[in-house]
Amino acid sequence: MNRLRYMSVRVLQGLLVLMCIATVNFMLIRAAPGDPVAVIAGEAGASDPQFVAQLREQFGLDKPVTTQLANYLGHITQLDLGFSYRQQRPVLELIAERLPATLLLTGSAFVMSLIFGVALGATASRHAGKWVDSAITFVALVFYATPLYWLAMMAVLVFSVQLSWLPGFGYFTVGSDATGLARAWDIVQHLVLPLLTLALFYMAVYARMTRASMLEVAQMDFVKTARAKGVRMGRIQRQHILRNALLPIVTLAGIQAGGLIGGAVLTETVFAWPGIGRLMFDALLQRDYNLLLGCFLVAAAVAVLFNLITDFVYTLVDPRIELG
Amino acid sequence: MTALSEPALAADTPPAKNKHRSTFWRRFCRNRGALLGLAILLLVALLVCFGPLLAAHNPWDMVEQPFLPPMEREGFAMGTDTMGRDILSGLVLGARISLLIAVISTLVSLLIGVGIGAISGYFGGWVDASLMRFTEMFQSVPSFALALVLVAIFEPSVNSIIVAIALVSWPPVARLVRGEFLTLRQRDFVAAAQLAGQSTPRIILAQILPNAASSIVVMASLMVATAILLESSLSFMGLGDPNLMSWGYMIGSARTVLRQAWWMAVFPGVAILLTVLAFNLVGEGLNDGLNARQDGKTK
Repeated sequence: MNRLRYMSVRVLQGLLVLMCIATVNFMLIRAAPGDPVAVIAGEAGASDPQFVAQLREQFGLDKPVTTQLANYLGHITQLDLGFSYRQQRPVLELIAERLPATLLLTGSAFVMSLIFGVALGATASRHAGKWVDSAITFVALVFYATPLYWLAMMAVLVFSVQLSWLPGFGYFTVGSDATGLARAWDIVQHLVLPLLTLALFYMAVYARMTRASMLEVAQMDFVKTARAKGVRMGRIQRQHILRNALLPIVTLAGIQAGGLIGGAVLTETVFAWPGIGRLMFDALLQRDYNLLLGCFLVAAAVAVLFNLITDFVYTLVDPRIELG
Repeated sequence: MTALSEPALAADTPPAKNKHRSTFWRRFCRNRGALLGLAILLLVALLVCFGPLLAAHNPWDMVEQPFLPPMEREGFAMGTDTMGRDILSGLVLGARISLLIAVISTLVSLLIGVGIGAISGYFGGWVDASLMRFTEMFQSVPSFALALVLVAIFEPSVNSIIVAIALVSWPPVARLVRGEFLTLRQRDFVAAAQLAGQSTPRIILAQILPNAASSIVVMASLMVATAILLESSLSFMGLGDPNLMSWGYMIGSARTVLRQAWWMAVFPGVAILLTVLAFNLVGEGLNDGLNARQDGKTK
């Protein structure tokens, strides 16, 4: 099976996942407390049965559940995620505004945690049993156990409040009208703390994984052969062990992508980072269920996207790939 | 601990039991981190058991002036919060809720995961394929976001939080148990049980499952750790049970006053960190003790 065919199967699977999530979303909207029609009728100041029935008909709520579901899914395929009555704007519009910030944060955290996590794990495994290994393993263990939102708050406390090194909230300096490079630099400064917070946890995950995976591969016969042939240790580490140990890590990275999005919700909440996570938090506070579920669907879509990217990377790391 | 390890040994000859148990302990104790974890867990267990006796105040009562820094006044070692509530009392009683929710949700998700994994691994074929697709699908959903949405829609309560955490945590269990079952069902003792005419549920529950127990126990201890983090994250977002004091809630209420009262966030955070760390350490120790191969190396 060639790479193109493999990837198109994965894309189809990703779409299927999104469809299922949309269906779950639909059921959750129905389970949400409060009857939307009653709310609208109440706000209009009229609650006679005739008006309520008219509203039901207008929104298609008098139709059978299956028809309603089909309608809902139909709207979603047209990228219509409904209307936020609290903000008086379409959900998609609100999300589209916030998406770039979330992609910037999660994307950079994903790349950073993978690169540094693998590097740290590889370093630890090369010095297995020595103090470098112990130090890396210990630090990874601690960050693995730290609540993300708490780490975020401590980062604000230390680097923003105490030391005043970096801004502790927002996306750019409020009121600044900088453009071009100055604005980019401003955003980067605001990105540092949220990025580090989010990346540290996953760095710990990947470091632990890489270390374990490399130590396991190091036991294999082809490594012994390479050593017997007199290949230098550094070269064995990079070319033989790491290359093979990477496979489970890439798989894990794909699975963890969903977690990264969840982590972004917490990080964005603490840092007031104007992404989808913060939008979800606001929607929670305002009991804006349409917006909340819309955010959830888009978050899932981002996770599926990350999954696809790691699948693609997988085909590059392992050219033998014959997965169906 | 020993009670948990026994099913794993059921397949061995009975006289070997004691020897294996001591091997387990020796291996577990060789891992110094695991011992540290166990010590922390014992402390937390004390808090859970005797919390109401140790807490000086009701964590919801306003007992002092607000924003009292730690060690400022006698009896308030960790200071007070925005409403003058004693933080130490909140910390002591919060342990109960965090642990209770984490342990029960882990049990529920083990039930789901073991069920799906066992059926998938034992029957194989299309049953396996479809169940695993389902599991993979579940795994690609952002789990924290899903838990958040579930609790928000069904209103925060102990029950909804437990269900939400269980629903997002079972996929790794299912995959692990499936893997174990795939290899174990090829073994002779399963064929023997089938020949002896044992029913399928009996073979799954009484023959294969005990042999997969050690891996499940290790995973369970790591899952409790994750569940504590999840529960505290939900409470932090304001989705905790409104009637119960929890660590995550305490940190959440500190979010907006971080500049004025660092202590409100620091102490509960350290409590979560240590407890989660302890469960992870004990999990690794259990892994050393239970999953050791003949050559002494762990899986």
